[in-house]
Amino acid sequence: MRKEVFGIIYAGEENMDLRELINKRSVGALPVGGRYRVIDFVLSNMVNSGIRNIAVVPRKKYHSMMDHLGSGKEWDLNRKSDGLFILPPYDSEENHGNYRGMVDTLNGAASYLRSASQKYCLLSGAHTVYNDSYRAMFQRHIATGADITMMYNVEEGDASGADRYEDLRLATDSDGRIVDMKIRAAAGTYNKMSMGIYLIKKDLLQYLLDDAASRSQLSLAADVIMNNLGSLKVYGFEHKGYVGRLRSVSSYYKLNMDFLRPEVQQDLFYSGRNVYTKIKDEPPTKYGADAVIKNSLIGSGCEIDGTVENCVIFRGVKIAKGTVVKDSVIMQSSEIYSNSRLANVILDKKVTVRPNTTLAGSREYPVIIPKGANV
Amino acid sequence: MIVKKRCVAMLLAGGQGSRLYALTQNRAKPAVPYGGKYKIIDFPLSNCIHSGIDTVGVLTQYEPLELNAYIGNGATWDLDVMSGGAYVLPPYMKGKKGEWYSGTASAIYQNIHFVEQYDPEYILVLSGDHIYTMDYEKMIEYHERSHADATIAVMEVPMEEASRFGIMNTDPEMRIVEFEEKPPQPKNNLASMGIYVFNWQKVKDYLIKDAQDPDSSNDFGKNIIPNMLNNGEKMMAYLFQGYWKDVGTIDSLWEANMDLLKEKPELDLHDDSWRIYGRNLIKPPHYIGAEAQVRNSKLGDGCQVMGQVENSILFPSVVVEKGAVVRDSVIMQDTVIKAGARVTRAIIDEEATIGENAQVGGDGKITVIGSELTIAPKAEIKEGEMLYPQAK
Repeated sequence: MRKEVFGIIYAGEENMDLRELINKRSVGALPVGGRYRVIDFVLSNMVNSGIRNIAVVPRKKYHSMMDHLGSGKEWDLNRKSDGLFILPPYDSEENHGNYRGMVDTLNGAASYLRSASQKYCLLSGAHTVYNDSYRAMFQRHIATGADITMMYNVEEGDASGADRYEDLRLATDSDGRIVDMKIRAAAGTYNKMSMGIYLIKKDLLQYLLDDAASRSQLSLAADVIMNNLGSLKVYGFEHKGYVGRLRSVSSYYKLNMDFLRPEVQQDLFYSGRNVYTKIKDEPPTKYGADAVIKNSLIGSGCEIDGTVENCVIFRGVKIAKGTVVKDSVIMQSSEIYSNSRLANVILDKKVTVRPNTTLAGSREYPVIIPKGANV
Repeated sequence: MIVKKRCVAMLLAGGQGSRLYALTQNRAKPAVPYGGKYKIIDFPLSNCIHSGIDTVGVLTQYEPLELNAYIGNGATWDLDVMSGGAYVLPPYMKGKKGEWYSGTASAIYQNIHFVEQYDPEYILVLSGDHIYTMDYEKMIEYHERSHADATIAVMEVPMEEASRFGIMNTDPEMRIVEFEEKPPQPKNNLASMGIYVFNWQKVKDYLIKDAQDPDSSNDFGKNIIPNMLNNGEKMMAYLFQGYWKDVGTIDSLWEANMDLLKEKPELDLHDDSWRIYGRNLIKPPHYIGAEAQVRNSKLGDGCQVMGQVENSILFPSVVVEKGAVVRDSVIMQDTVIKAGARVTRAIIDEEATIGENAQVGGDGKITVIGSELTIAPKAEIKEGEMLYPQAK
């Protein structure tokens, strides 16, 4: 797909109920799964599909994302031709706006779009976690002669009110052509959920973005595609494996807990397609003589001498003797001193928890301790 | 154009490590895995970059393939710099003749042109046989301060063990007056660590003369150092204090791994200011199951532990199935310990499979299982046994 398709990852998604977790970072830069950032999954999927020309287009709070991606070396995207491009917003005569949404932000990347030598664009958001190749989707796109192909998965059951942010539900006919779309629809309408990724010819994308901008429209899905299902041939392509979506704190928490399920680990990590991420030269994790560890996913460079149950622990975390951490997500380089009790907690990066502290939330409302806090 | 370097490091990585038997049948000693992530050679290479030395020649000869592939362009250690970097230097044909490195001095002699490219003041000669962290910059400064022609790093060893080492006898100012290789009656306990700083122009003359001597064994310890001493060159001993371990035998390799499991290990791999770099693999975090027990151990990325692991080092992607028990052992990358198997006081090399309910090792001597071997279900491998891998 190197010669046919280039990728754009739009990392400016907002309107999500992720509270303190996205105070200083965008959704795509959120740490998940003990080692990764959300964007790693889509980016690795693109690289694993053979795509070698990829732009990441952030909108706000993108320092953390830029620091993470760097030159793109870890994704093998530090290339002499093509490779990784990070295109933060800038004001130009061509694009003079205030970057309110996806359409005008992507218009800010118009010159990148013009210069891409590939004919097709794979345009994705950065809020989903899954492992798949786009090769089959590309073949299907060519075979159906579609204008746009969208990837979706089937999700039964209801989505609670708080968790409906940006959910896009689809209905298809027997050929797979999308005949109806609903955004933030009530549960029980359609069970096909968009994964926020579109395969589209570059020329058509440029035209649609220009047209939408001239009508002051902001959203590609809600304003452009949804209103043109009659005139555009839009097809769905089903992804059959696991999909994690980020919309709210409870979905963030659930997504991390999903990593503890063997079938999810199998699907995300052992499908034969690697998930790449920024390298940290951490030593192996050390467990002390008093450590008790059950059902947990743990990154490298940790030093653990306490009890850890049902947790996702990121790289370089320290948990002292006598401390019990259950059902929690502990991000990179946090340190929990002795004789503390933590349950249903999300500790952001570099948090210090002093000795004899008790922190307890619930599964639906986990306690969040923001980055760098000392509690 | 010559880019002048103050110091170029030459790392002798041709060691066969014959006393590691099954572990070095298909790899050179510096490529032997250690500590749940590293290879021995990661230590001198990481020390180099942290000491401000960015030009390292790695001299290989024995089983070089694994090592050559591992070193690559040196990016793992941040040595992929514009001028300088890590270079693998195997013996090669020169004009009509070519020869193997007949000794440590011959390896440097045959690469004089490599060193000359950088026109260095000093060369630092290292070996790829030891686990330690050391700031070579301090040693070079000491060498410079004492206006020495050569400086040899030494450390104090227990007097009763001194006869196993090359011993430096010094005057009160630490100037070396005599060198004795494995003396039966040691006069001193300052053992050479095989780390030398030389003034390049000076040692180059000695290397050229030594190469012309048909009776020489072309070795630093046996020839170059004694010759320099006899000629009255100023040779200083540089006293090193800290963790330093020769991992040349099965027992010492096992012990050096177990040293990492002490409550406050002397060698701190978590030290942010002196990170030991090693190849980072693309692996997910490790997973410890609901019925697992992991105590006093070190685990690499990608391990999956459903059984019991105690006082052990697990390299990346080791699988310990339900009911399996691993105790006091070192299990290298991609090895699978099947359900119900018991592994005690063993070193198991990469990609091996220990069958269901098999028993490996016992409470006595260390057992070694070579790479890619499969131990049948219910088989019993007694303590102290050594199973060799297929020769490659």
